[in-house]
Amino acid sequence: MTTETMFGRAIKRREDPRLITGRGNYVDDVKLPGMQRVFFVRSPHAHARIVSIDTAAAEAHPGVMKVFTAKNLPATPVPCGVTIPNIGQKTPGYTMIASDRVRYVGQIVAAVVASDLGTARDAAEKINVEYETLPVVVDAEKATEDGAPLVHDEIANNTSFVWRLDGGDIDAAFGEADVVVKQRLVNQRLIPNAIEPRAVVGRFDRVTGEMTLWDTNQNPHIIRLLISLLTGLPESKLRVIAPDVGGGFGSKIFLYAEQLLVTAIAQDLQVPIKWAESRSENYLSTAHGRDHITYAEMAFKKDGKLLGLKVKTYANMGAYLSTFAPLIPTNLYGTLLSGVYDLPALSCEVHGVLTNTVPVDAYRGAGRPEASYLLERLMDLAATELGIDPAEIRRRNFIKGEFPHRVITGMNYDSGDYEGNLNKALQQFDYTGWRAKQAEARARGKYIGIGLGCYIEACGIAPSKIVGTVWGGGVGLWESSTIRFHPTGKVTIYTGAHSHGQGHETTFSQLAADALGVPFENIEIVHGDTGQVQFGMGTYGSRSLAVGGTSIVKSAEKLIEKGKKIAAHLLEANPADIEFKSGNFSVKGSPDRSKSIGEVALAAYVPHNYPDDLEPGFEAQTFHDPSNFTFPAGTYMAVVEVDPETGKVTPLAFYCMDDCGNVLNPLIAEGQVHGGVAQGIGQALYEYAVYDENGQLVTGTMMDYAVPKASQVPPVTTGFAPVPSPSNPMGVKGIGEAGTIGSTPAIANAVMDALSPMGIRHIDLPLTPQNVWKAIQGK
Amino acid sequence: MIPSSFEYHAPTSVAEALSLLQQYGDEAKILAGGHSLLPAMKLRLAAPGVLIDINKIAELRGVVINGNVNIGSMTTWATLEHHDGLRSACGVLPEAVAMIGDIQVRNRGTIGGSLAHADPAADTPAVVLALDGQIRAQGPGGERTIAAGDFFTDMLSTALEPTELITAVILPTLGKGEGAAYVKFPHPASGYAIVGVAAYVKMDGGSVSTCRVAVTGAGPKAVRLTDVEQAVLGGADAAAATANAGAGLDILGDIHAGEEYRRAMVAVYAKRALQKAMERASG
Ligand SMILES: Cc1cc2nc3c(=O)[nH]c(=O)nc-3n(C[C@H](O)[C@H](O)[C@H](O)COP(=O)(O)OP(=O)(O)OC[C@H]3O[C@@H](n4cnc5c(N)ncnc54)[C@H](O)[C@@H]3O)c2cc1C
Repeated sequence: MTTETMFGRAIKRREDPRLITGRGNYVDDVKLPGMQRVFFVRSPHAHARIVSIDTAAAEAHPGVMKVFTAKNLPATPVPCGVTIPNIGQKTPGYTMIASDRVRYVGQIVAAVVASDLGTARDAAEKINVEYETLPVVVDAEKATEDGAPLVHDEIANNTSFVWRLDGGDIDAAFGEADVVVKQRLVNQRLIPNAIEPRAVVGRFDRVTGEMTLWDTNQNPHIIRLLISLLTGLPESKLRVIAPDVGGGFGSKIFLYAEQLLVTAIAQDLQVPIKWAESRSENYLSTAHGRDHITYAEMAFKKDGKLLGLKVKTYANMGAYLSTFAPLIPTNLYGTLLSGVYDLPALSCEVHGVLTNTVPVDAYRGAGRPEASYLLERLMDLAATELGIDPAEIRRRNFIKGEFPHRVITGMNYDSGDYEGNLNKALQQFDYTGWRAKQAEARARGKYIGIGLGCYIEACGIAPSKIVGTVWGGGVGLWESSTIRFHPTGKVTIYTGAHSHGQGHETTFSQLAADALGVPFENIEIVHGDTGQVQFGMGTYGSRSLAVGGTSIVKSAEKLIEKGKKIAAHLLEANPADIEFKSGNFSVKGSPDRSKSIGEVALAAYVPHNYPDDLEPGFEAQTFHDPSNFTFPAGTYMAVVEVDPETGKVTPLAFYCMDDCGNVLNPLIAEGQVHGGVAQGIGQALYEYAVYDENGQLVTGTMMDYAVPKASQVPPVTTGFAPVPSPSNPMGVKGIGEAGTIGSTPAIANAVMDALSPMGIRHIDLPLTPQNVWKAIQGK
Repeated sequence: MIPSSFEYHAPTSVAEALSLLQQYGDEAKILAGGHSLLPAMKLRLAAPGVLIDINKIAELRGVVINGNVNIGSMTTWATLEHHDGLRSACGVLPEAVAMIGDIQVRNRGTIGGSLAHADPAADTPAVVLALDGQIRAQGPGGERTIAAGDFFTDMLSTALEPTELITAVILPTLGKGEGAAYVKFPHPASGYAIVGVAAYVKMDGGSVSTCRVAVTGAGPKAVRLTDVEQAVLGGADAAAATANAGAGLDILGDIHAGEEYRRAMVAVYAKRALQKAMERASG
C-alpha cells in the first residue's frame, strides 16, 4: 500500500517507453482491410472563381475508385462554434469542398480516392481545374480599408466583427499622464508544427450503420458532436477515436473540412478511407496562430505608475472563421490586458478581419501571448522613457493585496504574489550579477541584453456560464471522469481530457493513487475514445489538471463515500465512524478494525452479504464545471548577445519562475516549460509565416519556416514559486502554455536592452538577423 | 510524399553506370545520397523516369592522401568530417563539412552529389573554389579533369555533360605557411548557407603570396571574390580588403535575407574567413 504521497513526485512518464520506442498507435498506423487513400486537390490560388473541373482523366486512371467534387458531395458546412453575443459577428459560409469560389491557397476543390497514395496523387495531377483569379488581400489592416478586395462579397471591409472592452475613465487617465508610450506592434503569424501532421481514417459499417473515425484530435467528443449535428449521423452511431496524438498546440482542436470529407466519402464508398497529410499540406491547410497588428498606448505618471492602456488590434482571422477563432483575439486576449498590473483604465478594440489566408485559430497560448507581449514591450518602453529599471517599474505596478482580485477587464484573479515571484526570480537568477556582466561587456564593445517578461494567463478553461453568456461558445467547458474500481483492485479511469503530449497517463494516475490509496501501477487511464469515455471536452487552455483532474478527485471522493458505507457494513460500524486513509477504511479510534479498499471493492461486486439499501458496484462519475479560471503567472528572464555586424541574436541563458499553483509532477511541469519556451523563442527569433501579396505561402516548407532546433535554444533554467489556487482541491493552476506566453517578450526585451546604447527602442518580431541589422543600420 | 513512379537501376561499376546514362539520356538521373534529388522528387519538382543508383559502386568511395587529396565522388560528408588524415592535410574541408545539415544528412549526402547538384547555397563549392580544386569526370569519351573555376556555370548548372559522372574531387594538401578557413551564416530554417565564405592564403616571408576567397549562398552560384584577393595581395588587411566585398556581385534574396542584407553579409563573412585563414597561415 502506498503511504508516501504521489503528488509532487517527479515520476517518469509511463507513456514514454511506448512512444519513444516507436510502439505508439497513431492514426496513420491504423490499417484496415480494403482501406483506400484519399488525396485532396487544393486550390493553388488565394482567391479565384472555379470555372470548371474536369475529372475525366483522373477517373480513368488505373487504381482510382472515385473522384469527388462539390457536384457529388453534400454542401456540408465547416462551422464556427462561436458567435460572440451583441457584436453583430458575421460568420461567412464555408463548406467542406469548394463549389464556385476559393478563398485561400490550400482550400479543397476535389478528392481522389485510390488504392494507394501514390496512385491517388498521380491521378490528382490529371484533374484540370479552370480558375478565374480574383484580387487578393492578405494583410488584416489593409483588408479593412475601403476599396480593398472583398474576401466575401457580403462582408463589408472584410470585418467579421469589432469587439470592445472598456473600463475605467480612459480619457481622465491619459489626461493625467506625464508620459505616454506608443507603439505599433506586429505579433506575426505562426504555424503550429505539431510533430505529427493531421490524419483521419473513416470506416462506415454498412451492417450496423456505425461510423468510426480515427482522428488526430484534442477533443474527440466535440468533433463527434459537431459531425453529428452537421451530418445527421446519430451520436450513438458515431465513434471518434483520437489515439496517440503527436502534439496539437491547439491546431488539433478544430473541426476541419477533412474530417467531414473523410466521413462523407467513407459513407459514400462504404470502404475504409485514410487521409494523412504531408508537411507541406499541413502548412497550407492546418489553422495558423497569432497574426495581430496592434496600435497600443500606455499612460504613466512620472514615478512609473500605470494609468491607462489603449489598444486597437487588427486580428487576421484568415478566409473563414475556424471552430474557436473569434474567442482568441477577444476573450482570451482583451480580457488579459491588465496582466499582473493594477490597471485603472482600459480601452480595447479588436477588429476580426477576413483575408485570403488559411484560417487562424488557437495556437499554444492563444491570445494570451499576444496580450503578454504587448504589455511587456510597453512596460519596457516606459521604463526606458522614464529612466526606471525594468524590474522596478513592474514592481511599482503589480497587483498587491487581497485575492481573489477583480481587474478592470472583469477577470477575477484567483491567487498570486507577483512581486514575490519577481523578487525570487531576480534573486535566484542573479539579475544584479547579469547587470554587472552586461556593463563589463559593454565596455568591451559587446552587446549583451537582459529582458524580463512578467506574464499572467487565464487557464483551467472554463466556467460554462462564462462560455455561454460572455464568450458565445456553443459548448460547456466542464470536464468529466469515471473511476471504475474493479473487483480485483485494479482501477480504470475514463477521462474526457485528452493527452497528446501532456502525460496524463502519468499525472492522472498520480492523483488517483493518492485519492484512492492504491498503487500507481494499478491505475489505467483511458482517454480519447468516444466509444469508451462518457463525454468530455478535451485538452487545451491548460485545463486538463485544473478541470479534468478536479473531476477525478471528486469522483474519488464519491467512491470513498460509498466505500465507507460498505466498510461500515463489513465492520459492523456506523458509516459516520469510518475513516479512510492510505487505502484503508477503519473505525475511528480502533485502527485494527479495518478493510482495505480492495476488500471493499470485492464486496461491492460480490454482494453476497450486503445491506438492502446499498447498490452493488464500485464506480463513480463526475462532471465538474469549474467556478472560475485559474491564473498562472510568472517571471521570465532572458539574456542575449547581439552581433552588431550581422544582427544575429544569440540567446545566452533563459530563466523561468512559474507560479502554476502546486506542482503535481515537477518533471512533466518542467518539460512543459521547456517546450513552451522553445516555441516562444521560436516566435521571438525565428518563426514567421509569410504570405506574399498574391496569397502564396512563401514559408511553405521547413526549408523556409524556421522551427527552432535544439542548437537554437539556450539552456532553460526553471523554477517554481507556487501560490496555490483556491479554485480546486489540489491548488493547481496549469503549466501547458506558460512557457510560450512569458518567453517571447523576455527575449524581445533583452534584444532591445542589448541595442539600447544604439538608441533602438523597438523592432518587430521575429528578431531575425536581417530585421535587427536593418534597425542597427537605421533602415 | 510519394514521388512519381520511376525505373530503378543499381550498377556496380562506373562503366555500367555510364552505359545506362547513355542508354536513357535525359530521362535518367544519377542517385547519390539522394538528399537533394529525393526531396525534389517527393515534392514532384523533379520526376525522372529512370534512377541510376551509384551507391553500389565501391570504386567511387574513399579518400586517398598522397601529395594531394583525392576524394571519391560517393564519399559521404560523415566520412570527410571524421577523417583524421584529412584534418591535418586539408582541415578546411572537414571544417566546412561539419556545418552541413545535420547528422542524418551528413551520413547520406556525398561530395560528388553536392558538386553535381550545384545548389547555390551548398557549402563545399566555396571550399573547392578557394582551394583551386579539380573535379574529375568520366563520360563516354573517357576521363577529363575540370578546374573548379570552370565547373560552376550557373544556378544548379555545371560544366558536366549529361552523360558524364563525377568520379573524384582533387584538393591540395596544405603545408606550412598556408592557411584556409570556412565561415558560414546558416539559414535559420534549412541550415544551408545564406552566406558562406572560404578563404585560402599562402604567406611568404610575412606577406601574402597567394590568396583565394570564394563565396557561396549569396548568389546563383559560388564565385571567387577576385577584388578582395587583389586587395590582399596588395597588402590590405582583412577588414580593408573586404569592406566592399559584396559590391558588384550577382545576389539572390529571400525573406530571411534580402539582397541588401546578403551583400552586407558577404563583406562581414569574407573578413572573418580571411582573418582566420591568415591567422592559420601565420600560426
Ligand atoms: C535537410 C537537409 C539539409 C542540408 N543542408 C545542407 C547544408 O547545410 N549545406 C550543404 O552544402 N548541403 C546541404 N544539404 C545537401 C546535402 O548535403 C547533399 O550534399 C546534397 O543533397 C547532394 O548530395 P547527394 O549525395 O545527396 O546527391 P543526390 O541528391 O543524390 O543528387 C543530387 C544531384 O546530383 C546528381 N549527381 C549525384 N552524384 C553525381 C555524380 N557522381 N555525378 C554526376 N551527377 C551526380 C544527381 O543526379 C542529382 O541531380 C542538405 C540536405 C538536406 C536534405
